[in-house]
Amino acid sequence: MSDETFKPKIVAFLCNWCSYTASDLAGTARIKYSPRVRIIRVMCSGRVDPSFVLKAFALGADGVLVAGCHPGDCHYIEQNYKTMRRDVMLRYFLEQMGIEPGRLRLVWASAAEGQYLAESINTFVADVRTLGPLNWSDVLHDGVRREEAFEEIAAEHAEAMEVQP
Amino acid sequence: MSGEPKGKLALYWAASCGGCEIAVLAINEKILDVDALFDIVFWPVAVDAKVHDVEKMADGSIDVCLFNGGIRTSEQEYMARLLRKKSKVLVAFGSCAHEGCIPGLANATNRRGVFQTAYHETPSTENPEGVEPQPKTQVAEGTLHLPVFYDTVRTLDQTVSVDYYLPGCPPEADRIWDAITAIVGNTLPPPGSVIGAETTVCEECPRKRNEKKVKKFYRTWEIIPDEETCLLEQGLLCCGIATRAGCGARCPQVGSPCIGCYGPNEGAHDHGARMMAALSSMIDSTDPEEIDRIIRDGIPDPVGTFYRFGLAASHLRRAKTADGNGSLAKK
Repeated sequence: MSDETFKPKIVAFLCNWCSYTASDLAGTARIKYSPRVRIIRVMCSGRVDPSFVLKAFALGADGVLVAGCHPGDCHYIEQNYKTMRRDVMLRYFLEQMGIEPGRLRLVWASAAEGQYLAESINTFVADVRTLGPLNWSDVLHDGVRREEAFEEIAAEHAEAMEVQP
Repeated sequence: MSGEPKGKLALYWAASCGGCEIAVLAINEKILDVDALFDIVFWPVAVDAKVHDVEKMADGSIDVCLFNGGIRTSEQEYMARLLRKKSKVLVAFGSCAHEGCIPGLANATNRRGVFQTAYHETPSTENPEGVEPQPKTQVAEGTLHLPVFYDTVRTLDQTVSVDYYLPGCPPEADRIWDAITAIVGNTLPPPGSVIGAETTVCEECPRKRNEKKVKKFYRTWEIIPDEETCLLEQGLLCCGIATRAGCGARCPQVGSPCIGCYGPNEGAHDHGARMMAALSSMIDSTDPEEIDRIIRDGIPDPVGTFYRFGLAASHLRRAKTADGNGSLAKK
C-alpha cells in the first residue's frame, strides 16, 4: 500500500560521535532529507535499549531507525556490535509480534557521511510509506460494549439472590 | 490482638490457574494468624460468600483485597472494578494480576484464534456442530448470559488502579508473609510499589559468574549443565539476569534456568526487552548472518522465551493479528 497522503512517523536514534555528526554535516551542507524523521541523539547506538524501540512502536511510530558508527569504529570500542545483535534479535521478535521487521532499520554512517545518511533516511521513509501505517493503539481495541455486559452481570446476580416463594 | 476490631480481608481470582490460592495456604500455620487478624469476607475458593454480598458492602469497607489473575472477560473486569471500589488497599497478587503471566500469552493471538484452537482444533475436541460460547443464548426460560471474552488479556492495573504488587508465579510463602506483616504493621512501601526485592535473581544465585560469551544457545533437554558455573554462560536461556529477586534462585540452584516468573527487576518495565538486551551483549559474534543463525537455532519461540510472564504488561502488550482469523499478520 503506497498512499501519498500517509505521513509516516519515524523515530531515529543517532549516535553522538558519528551519525548525529553526519546529520549535522547534512544540515550544514544543505542536503535535504525527509522531515518525517524525529531525531533523538544518544551517546552511542549501544545506548538504544530494545525497550526504546518497542516503546516507540507502542506510542505510534511507524518506523524506527538506529544509526551508529561503522563496525570497528565505535567511540566506545565495541558497543555498536551490541547494537548489531540487538537489531537481529528485535527483528526476529517483531516478526512473531506481527510487525514487519522492515519497520526497524540499522544504518552505519560515519561523521563524514552526511550525504549517505540523508539518502538512507529518505529510502527508509519511502519503504515505511510502502508498508503503510502501523497504528499500534488500534491493535488493542476490543470492540466490545463493556458497560452493557456489566449491567447484565449485576442484574443476574440480583436475580440469582431472589428467594422463590 | 484481642479487643481490637478485626480487619476485613478479601481474596479473589480472575484469569489464573489457582496456584496463587494454594500459595496463600503455603504460609502454613500462619494462616491462623491471618484469621486472628482479619475477617475473611470474600474468598470464593475457601469461604461461602456471594458476589451479591460484596455488592451490598459499603465502598471502602474491605481493608485489604489480594487479587490474583489477569482480566480476560467482562465478568473478571466487573469483579476487578467491584473489589477496587469496595477495598481500601488492592494488591495485584501474583504474576497474572501483576503482568499477565501465562494467560497473557493468549495475546500472541486473539479471541478468534483462542476459540479456533479450543473449540475446533485440539485433538481431544469433538464439536461437529461447531458450537462456540455466545454471550447471549435464547432458551425457552429466557436469555442466558456468558461473560464476554475479550481479544486482549489485561493486567489488573491496566483495568483498575492498584496499590501494591506482589510478584511471582506463585509468590513465595515468605514473601506473602512479608506482605501481610507489612500490611498489619503499617510498614508498607509507598503506594504503587512492588512488595519485594529490587535486585535480580543473579544476586541470590550461588553459581559462579565469569565473562559471558556464548556461540550457541541450548534448550534444557540438550545438555546437562555443570553444577557450579552460571547457566547462562553454559548457553542455557536463564532469565535470572533480568528477573526480580525474591524466590531465592530456586530454579538455577537445581540446574533449571530461571524462566522469569518474578517479572522485571526494579526500574525495568519491559521484561523481554531486558532479556533481549542482555542476550545481545553476550553473543560471541560480529557477523550478522552468524548472529541470526545463533538466535534462530537457539530461541525457537522469542515471545514465549522473553515474555513468558510479561507479554500483557509489555510495551507492545499483544501481537498484531490479521483481521479476524487469529493468525499473525503477514510479513
